[in-house]
Amino acid sequence: MALTLQEISKVANLARLELRPDETERVLAQLNGFFQLVDQMGAVNTDGIEPLAHPAAVLGEVALRLRDDVASEPDQREISQRSAPAVERGLFLVPKVIE
Amino acid sequence: MTTPAPNTSSTELHDLGVAELAAKLAAREVSSVEVTQHFLARIKQHDSLGAFLATDAEVSLAQARAADARLAAGERSPLLGVPLAHKDVFVTRDFPTTAASKMLENYRSPFDATVVSKLGTAPGGAGMVSLGKLNCDEFAMGSGNENSAYKPVHNPWDVSRIPGGSSGGSAAAVAARLVPAATGTDTGGSIRQPASLTGITGIKPTYGRCSRYGMVAFASSLDQAGPMARSALDCALLLSAMAGPDLDRDSTSLDLPVTDYATTLIAANTHGTGATSLKGLKIGLPKQFFGAGCSDDVLSAVRAALAEYEKLGAILVEVDLPLTELSIPVYYVIAPAEASSNLSRFDGVRYGHRAARYGDLNDMYKKSRSEGFGDEATRRIMIGTYVLSHGYYDAYYLKAQKIRRLIAEDFQKAFKQCDIIAGPVSPTVAWKIGEKGSDPMASYLADIYTLSSSLAGLPGMSVPAGFGAHGMPVGLQLIGNYFEEALLLGAAHQFQLATDWHLRKPA
Repeated sequence: MALTLQEISKVANLARLELRPDETERVLAQLNGFFQLVDQMGAVNTDGIEPLAHPAAVLGEVALRLRDDVASEPDQREISQRSAPAVERGLFLVPKVIE
Repeated sequence: MTTPAPNTSSTELHDLGVAELAAKLAAREVSSVEVTQHFLARIKQHDSLGAFLATDAEVSLAQARAADARLAAGERSPLLGVPLAHKDVFVTRDFPTTAASKMLENYRSPFDATVVSKLGTAPGGAGMVSLGKLNCDEFAMGSGNENSAYKPVHNPWDVSRIPGGSSGGSAAAVAARLVPAATGTDTGGSIRQPASLTGITGIKPTYGRCSRYGMVAFASSLDQAGPMARSALDCALLLSAMAGPDLDRDSTSLDLPVTDYATTLIAANTHGTGATSLKGLKIGLPKQFFGAGCSDDVLSAVRAALAEYEKLGAILVEVDLPLTELSIPVYYVIAPAEASSNLSRFDGVRYGHRAARYGDLNDMYKKSRSEGFGDEATRRIMIGTYVLSHGYYDAYYLKAQKIRRLIAEDFQKAFKQCDIIAGPVSPTVAWKIGEKGSDPMASYLADIYTLSSSLAGLPGMSVPAGFGAHGMPVGLQLIGNYFEEALLLGAAHQFQLATDWHLRKPA
């Protein structure tokens, strides 16, 4: 299969990326080359095979751990916001969402 | 083939390994401050290697003074006062953390990664002094360290060549004796491959062995931290301090006790007749690792190392890993899928780069992300978003996860015939900077021998095994079954007792 420029633009939008026209062309060519390799996967029979998400699940069931839903960290709002691009009175600033 | 001469007489501090430095510090022959000053001077002197992204002498010396105070008070522990440096994907309070991306330029973490605090000088830590942050591929995506947004790293054996990646700064710094040890992370080979290409020792433990808390996430079902140093013994010392459950902070961290890898290094090999022997250790050689895809110079160094293992009593057997080649597409579907999800957190709101000019919120996301991410990160986000999108999820992502299980099962079949698996790490020695730059596929293909064990979550090592073309180092890869780090380190240690490849150093 081969992707189209239109599909690249759609994926870029889903990923919240803005590609320049020359970048879109380049990414299209690279992804098409890449998916030729990926299409080799089709040759493997995987009927009845369970997907493997956690590697150690090959050895047996991996139980997901849960912990109590309680705050375990001290309040670090100020230090956590130190690297934020725009903050005012402890709040993150973004462009106006609701007019 | 040029083979550098073994080092004969050198008593300089930077030529000492972790264990040797620790012994000198414990004997109070030298102070941690002196050791730290010595390495900081070397880092400055070799700045052109590009290995470091951040240093701060004041911070490092304060840590060294803290270590010296503990030593003066009589405390003795195996790493106390020894310096190291961290790959820049571990978040640190005392140094900036960029993941070698413009996206995180000037980012300061409010906390330390678990691995950083376990190794560091804060209470409860092993007492190692951090010399700073090491360059790497952007968000650990790459095999040559050319994807760093800041600068490439040069291989100390030939500065016109790459050091491997993504932990290229870690590898180059250890090889050039700028640090006795470093942390690295390995998602598809990022500890083993640079270790191989720079002639040092590195181990990627079993997935889940070290906490991922505070590691800038790339592919969460694959990412794993590990030590890089000159010898298996030094790696064992570091791994003992780094590893262990982190139950409240990393839901995938293994709830298993950690061995003291260093003290059990020799006894770990229970396969032989004696504790210090490799006698009877069965080494499986996957025929897919020794085919036409591997260059002759690498194969001959690897075969010579295996002959040495045979001489030491190991038994070589052939094993079959039929899906080795498929591990490339499987990995390059799964890793970008997870990356696209992980990197969605970079939105220019809470931290990281925000574009200077934008319209609405959506435009701000798009402009900030497009400016902040480099080419390889962008490519992987695109691939990942596509394979996870409606209509393609089953054909790509789920299919890859199914083949991933088959790959992991093949390893279990192979381990019925052998104790460890061995082969090359990389099909060639380090290539020239710029050689593969325009063709991302070329470096994806070069990951062939490290991807399958990553997908299976198995521990793997690179052990210096000789030299190939252009006098560049070649590593031998050892892969163990789950939780068999001690056996791997033991097998590497025995080899290093009999050979001196790990002691060679660049001019």
